[in-house]
Amino acid sequence: MRFVAAIIASLLVAASLSAAPTPESTCITCHSMLDGKLADPVKKFESAVHRQVGLSCADCHGGNPADESMDSMSPAKGFRGVPRKTQVPEFCARCHSDIAYMHRFDPKMRADQLSQYLTSVHGKRLKQGDTKVAVCVDCHGVHNILPASDTRSPVYPVNIASTCARCHASEEHMRSYNIPTDQVSSYEKSVHAEILAQGDTAAPTCATCHGNHGATPPGVSSVANVCGTCHVFFEQLFNKSPHQPAFAAMGLPGCVQCHSNHEIVKPSDDWVGVGQDSVCATCHSQGDKGYTGAQKIAGDLANLKTRLARAEEILNTAERSGMEVSSAKVELGSAHEALVKARVNVHAFDDAEVQKLTDEGAQVSEKAYQAGVAALNERDVRRKGLGVSLIAIVLAISGLYLKIRQIESRPKT
Amino acid sequence: MPGIYRRILKWLDERFGAGAVEEFLRHKTVPIHRHSIWYYFGGMTLFLFVVQALTGILLLLYYRPTPNDAFESIQYIVTQVPYGWLIRSVHSWSANLLILTVFIHMFSVYFLKAYRKPRELTWITGMFLLFIMLGFGFSGYLLPWNTLAFFATKVGTEMAATVPLIGPWLLKFLRGGEEVTGATLTRFFGFHVAVLPGLTTLLLAMHLLLVQRLGMSVPPGVERAIEEGRQPARSMPFFPNFLLRDMIGWYAALGVLGALAAIFPWELGTKADAFASAPAGIRPEWYFLFAFQTLKILPAKILFLEGELAGLMGFTLAGIVWVLVPFLDYKAGFGRVTRFFTGLGIFALGYMVVMSALALR
Amino acid sequence: METPGRIPNDGVQSRRRWISLLLGSGVLASIASFVYPAIRYMIPPPIGESTSRSVVAASVNELKNNSGKVFKFGSKPALLVRTPDGDYRAFTAVCTHLNCTVQYRSDLHEIWCACHNGLYDLSGRNVSGPPPRPLESFEVHVQGEEVIVSRSA
Repeated sequence: MRFVAAIIASLLVAASLSAAPTPESTCITCHSMLDGKLADPVKKFESAVHRQVGLSCADCHGGNPADESMDSMSPAKGFRGVPRKTQVPEFCARCHSDIAYMHRFDPKMRADQLSQYLTSVHGKRLKQGDTKVAVCVDCHGVHNILPASDTRSPVYPVNIASTCARCHASEEHMRSYNIPTDQVSSYEKSVHAEILAQGDTAAPTCATCHGNHGATPPGVSSVANVCGTCHVFFEQLFNKSPHQPAFAAMGLPGCVQCHSNHEIVKPSDDWVGVGQDSVCATCHSQGDKGYTGAQKIAGDLANLKTRLARAEEILNTAERSGMEVSSAKVELGSAHEALVKARVNVHAFDDAEVQKLTDEGAQVSEKAYQAGVAALNERDVRRKGLGVSLIAIVLAISGLYLKIRQIESRPKT
Repeated sequence: MPGIYRRILKWLDERFGAGAVEEFLRHKTVPIHRHSIWYYFGGMTLFLFVVQALTGILLLLYYRPTPNDAFESIQYIVTQVPYGWLIRSVHSWSANLLILTVFIHMFSVYFLKAYRKPRELTWITGMFLLFIMLGFGFSGYLLPWNTLAFFATKVGTEMAATVPLIGPWLLKFLRGGEEVTGATLTRFFGFHVAVLPGLTTLLLAMHLLLVQRLGMSVPPGVERAIEEGRQPARSMPFFPNFLLRDMIGWYAALGVLGALAAIFPWELGTKADAFASAPAGIRPEWYFLFAFQTLKILPAKILFLEGELAGLMGFTLAGIVWVLVPFLDYKAGFGRVTRFFTGLGIFALGYMVVMSALALR
Repeated sequence: METPGRIPNDGVQSRRRWISLLLGSGVLASIASFVYPAIRYMIPPPIGESTSRSVVAASVNELKNNSGKVFKFGSKPALLVRTPDGDYRAFTAVCTHLNCTVQYRSDLHEIWCACHNGLYDLSGRNVSGPPPRPLESFEVHVQGEEVIVSRSA
């Protein structure tokens, strides 16, 4: 058997040598002729980034790529074979933690993936012998590894959630760990997933908040920091608000308490206040300061929204009547802005902070409303002018009519 | 007449020799019978056309016919220029009233058979004037360069391509290119303020000259009744009796236009965006609805012809028949009422009304 | 034979005069109510029409280096920035996130939106925070004493 393989191999090598200038490694030439699992790596390796930079099987697996005999795979020649799951991180890190080596290929590439990984839950459990956790190849693929910036890669931002879901959404897989498996399905409902699906890769996915190599869920006290990396104002306001010490004391997870961790949906104004859908009422009850504060805040927001709607309505009516109101509409834009900012200031959990913005917005809305009233008055002036000209016309018509009668009643001479 | 007017007219007569005109006008009479009311509609059409010309000239003082400026210039007229809102709304409403009256005028002339000998040319020039008025409507509609206008023009000019042989050329001629662009706007503006007014002047001069020369036609039934002595031949002098009555009508029309402008001002719409998709329910102005609806309900193929082409040919044929009616209904020249043509007229009118109603649903 | 106090045919004459008066005044009044608006219309208004394509944003010495100004362009706010090097840049001031009005931050040398801390660089590119798209930029020309901002072709 070995003999036959050797003959065929040498024939092929001769053929490929005469056909192509660069000799493919013998691993590839041989394995491409085999079936099933043994040929699979060759097919997968076609598109791999490792292949594109000029690496080949032996660079990871060792052995002698120039040797067509089975001897190329002898441990004596440095062949490392297929690593066991627990050995995979170190297997990859042989190159990927070697800064000098990595920077030959990509000077800005990081080389700390292994050290990060060892701090993660995945890494720690692997060290304890748990082979169900993720290792490098579970997320990055094996022979068909693509750079993370390639849209086909399982670690391209848009694909990350489904990659994590391979384990984390499987009840069977996660049973022994006692953690929920609904994270990905919740995330899919979130506004973050929606934006990401539209192609904005700045939107957060699993790795953004949890880390990629050093994947650790944020400790309860640090959640607000994570959200705050993007949602800066909200974090600042929250930290100065009475909720921060209160939540810390009760061990509540900051932002997540009201906004959820994975199923982060677009908030509605109904969340504020004491109504049916409000989040305030989950803790605050009638009589406590928070309850009245929430009521006030909700009231201020609702008040501004009503005034805005009123102003918009009258301006639209005036516009439809043919009146010029474009500058009033532009001014009204700053009332909209005040509403946007007021919603941000809700996170100070201090009704004074919200009120100063809603008051400003209400003032602007009032001005715009008055402009609308003035426009409608102008419209009525026009109609009065019309009335005047109609009177003149009626006068003329009656004059005409009487003249006709007069002319035609004259006896014909 | 007051002395000063007399002196001015005499001065002009010494130079223009207009005395003959004045003499002629003095003797012009208008027959009085139960269908006399329809006589007013020709003058009303002319009056509304004059209103269009005057308001149009005023609008010309501020309008800019380029895609970047057209919409904004009308916005400027309507919001910044004193009474600009009035001039613009009157122009838009009067356009619709004008087309309404021109159709009433045409149908009343048709049913009263005023086209019969010797008034065939009056009818033909009148029909061409009607087509020109529709052309005014179509070209003017694009000028505000808003979304509705842009897409209505796109759909409307698309029809031109279905004409056999010259279709594609005709399309390019109308649009100033393959698509509706600024070139179309320039072209339509040229049609609207120069070409069509020029043609109108020529045809209107002929039309009015013929009307003055040939006098007012009396419907065959009334003519016969007068001949048979069943009815006296009554008439009134055009000047001042009929003219004073005309003026009542004209003043009433002005009142209506003013009221429409003040209470139902014409919309500005939103500026046209060539790359946006056509809004749902796009349709032409009401006077084209019957044609639009016809083309919508025609099947994709009729015998060997494409549906749209068949529709276009049908309308063209109908137009030709209509223009030639004085020659087809020659018996009317002998005072005979051929029921077929009355029926055809009722069918045409009914068809247009029903199709328009369907399109509005 | 005259009846004292009665002038023959006076009734008819004065009635005729009233009718003529009515007709004359009606016609005159109606003509005035048409002619007056037409004449007012023909006199151009004081605010000349600036096309929607360009507007005078500021005068030449109005903005110091490293400062910005929000002005009205068409029906929307726009931002004129004078960079630390003295160049002029102009953008729409409508933030691409939720339409708040942006402003120039002389401490950051960037354009900032106060609503959610979005940042754009001096080319209008969205560099930080929620804005998903860059700011539309306009052309700036200095003509004499005026800084003119116009839409890009």
